[in-house]
Amino acid sequence: MGIGSDMYRQQIMDHYKNPRNHGRLESPTFTHTGENPSCGDTITMDVQLADDGETIERVAFSGDGCAISQASASMLTQRLPGTTLSELEAMDTDDITEMLGVDISPMRIKCAVLARQVAQDGAKIHDGEIEIEQTKTEDGDD
Amino acid sequence: MRVQESYPVDVDAIRADFPILQRKVGGDISTPGEHDDDDTPLVYLDNAATSHTPEQVVDAIVDYYHGYNSNVHRGIHHLSQEASVAYENAHDRVAEFIGASGGREEVVFTKNTTESMNLVAYAWGLDELGPGDSVVMTEMEHHASLVTWQQIAKKTGAEVRYIRVDDDGRLDMEHAKELIDDSTKMVSVVHVSNTLGTVNPVAELADMAHEVGAYAFVDGAQSVPTRPVDVEAIDADFFAFSGHKMCGPTGIGALYGKRDILDEMQPYLYGGEMIRSVTYEDSTWEDLPWKFEAGTPPIAQGVGFAAAVDYLDDIGMENVQAHEELLAEYAYDRLTEFDDIEIYGPPGDDRGGLVAFNLDSVHAHDLSSILNEQGVAIRAGDHCTQPLHDKLGVAASTRASFYIYNTREEIDALVDAIDTARELFA
Ligand SMILES: Cc1ncc(COP(=O)(O)O)c(C=O)c1O
Repeated sequence: MGIGSDMYRQQIMDHYKNPRNHGRLESPTFTHTGENPSCGDTITMDVQLADDGETIERVAFSGDGCAISQASASMLTQRLPGTTLSELEAMDTDDITEMLGVDISPMRIKCAVLARQVAQDGAKIHDGEIEIEQTKTEDGDD
Repeated sequence: MRVQESYPVDVDAIRADFPILQRKVGGDISTPGEHDDDDTPLVYLDNAATSHTPEQVVDAIVDYYHGYNSNVHRGIHHLSQEASVAYENAHDRVAEFIGASGGREEVVFTKNTTESMNLVAYAWGLDELGPGDSVVMTEMEHHASLVTWQQIAKKTGAEVRYIRVDDDGRLDMEHAKELIDDSTKMVSVVHVSNTLGTVNPVAELADMAHEVGAYAFVDGAQSVPTRPVDVEAIDADFFAFSGHKMCGPTGIGALYGKRDILDEMQPYLYGGEMIRSVTYEDSTWEDLPWKFEAGTPPIAQGVGFAAAVDYLDDIGMENVQAHEELLAEYAYDRLTEFDDIEIYGPPGDDRGGLVAFNLDSVHAHDLSSILNEQGVAIRAGDHCTQPLHDKLGVAASTRASFYIYNTREEIDALVDAIDTARELFA
């Protein structure tokens, strides 16, 4: 059989194998880390804002984990520059599955949305809305 | 195609008893029970999580609901009496299956292994444990016992200790000797590891427990379904297992306990069915095992549990074990053909019927998703042994686990599906 896959389409595999904006920014406005305890996925997002303090200028990520979590982070680093913090805040799960362009099975949604969650929590901490050390998604029982 | 020898059990006949094995998968999962858009044959290799249910067991449950559904121990009417007889006999049947000569008085029906463990932890542990006492477990313990004793220890001030697992996935019995000492009140060990597949020397551990005056609790969730078990030969004081992993329904499990010990223990749940007499001031308890079965019990499930035991006995537990071992060895051999696969636990000829592994550079969750797309149902995660995975240095692993209806061809399908993942991630 060929090596087709519903979830692991070319775009996902490409971002997983060749992550964009992978590494750290030199002077991020804020940085935040999160993990999926049950899968061991970890993501750190560095975000640099423009002088208006609202528009996202550059994003980088580093981390480790499954292809879905890492590809999602990579795509997000391309997607976010140019958007505002409030637009980031408004991003929901549908936006992420749309960005990924594939149907993510319910068990894997956590992996797909981790990077977004980390970016959103980082922004909230930056705005002084919440105080947390690390983002932890709900731990599934497995 | 490889040359296939025969099996210790009649796999074709067994498969015919499990309609679910004929279904296809892959369609919309938001409409359970509707399979119109499924197109991929199912290869079910997640039996350590739960086994399937043969028609004979489903029929026994249907017969109960169609024929004599009623509450037990309450009504004098005919249906209630029939239901009571069936439910009580189910205890005897399950007792016989595990070699408990005390019959129903030594077998309490619970929801599952986890509840059996909690029953003893609360009914015995809270009363009997205190500062200076220790509970000895193993590093390969399932969360069902690990978390339970850990938390009871926190409440009581007792200490928990873990017998080391060596590099081959076996218990370090020298370490066990060091850990089990005069402070030890309970030795709670898993019989067959649900992650490593290790078959632990539970009789020897029970002896060690008894030498220091401790009780031995054996977690038989993975052993009772897969091999002949004799709780008296092991000399376990407590022994727990779940119906749903051995062809039975969900919602029922058992706690075996030696009669004298159960007799001494106070109830864990209070309410109806478990009392002999109640006044506004005080209550007295029913005989064993009912003292530990408060409220309306899982009657249909109990009937199904007994039918499951009948089903397995018809096949013969020696044959079940031989089939499990054959598949475990075959899977181990096939997976060790590949340098990029790491298998956890002892060698193929010395393990229960499951293999947990990782494929280099493919995360277990990605692997299981790709296998799922090809109809292969396996489990990815920490299999409720998170501390053991931490020790192995991995967040998750992929586990294939086998049962009486599985075949070598299904293991070949697993290996082919792994190859697809390998190519995709290359
Ligand atoms: C070794 C072991 N112990 C305990 C359990 C818990 O069983 P249950 O979930 O039926 O309570 C399982 C199964 O998940 C197991 O494999």
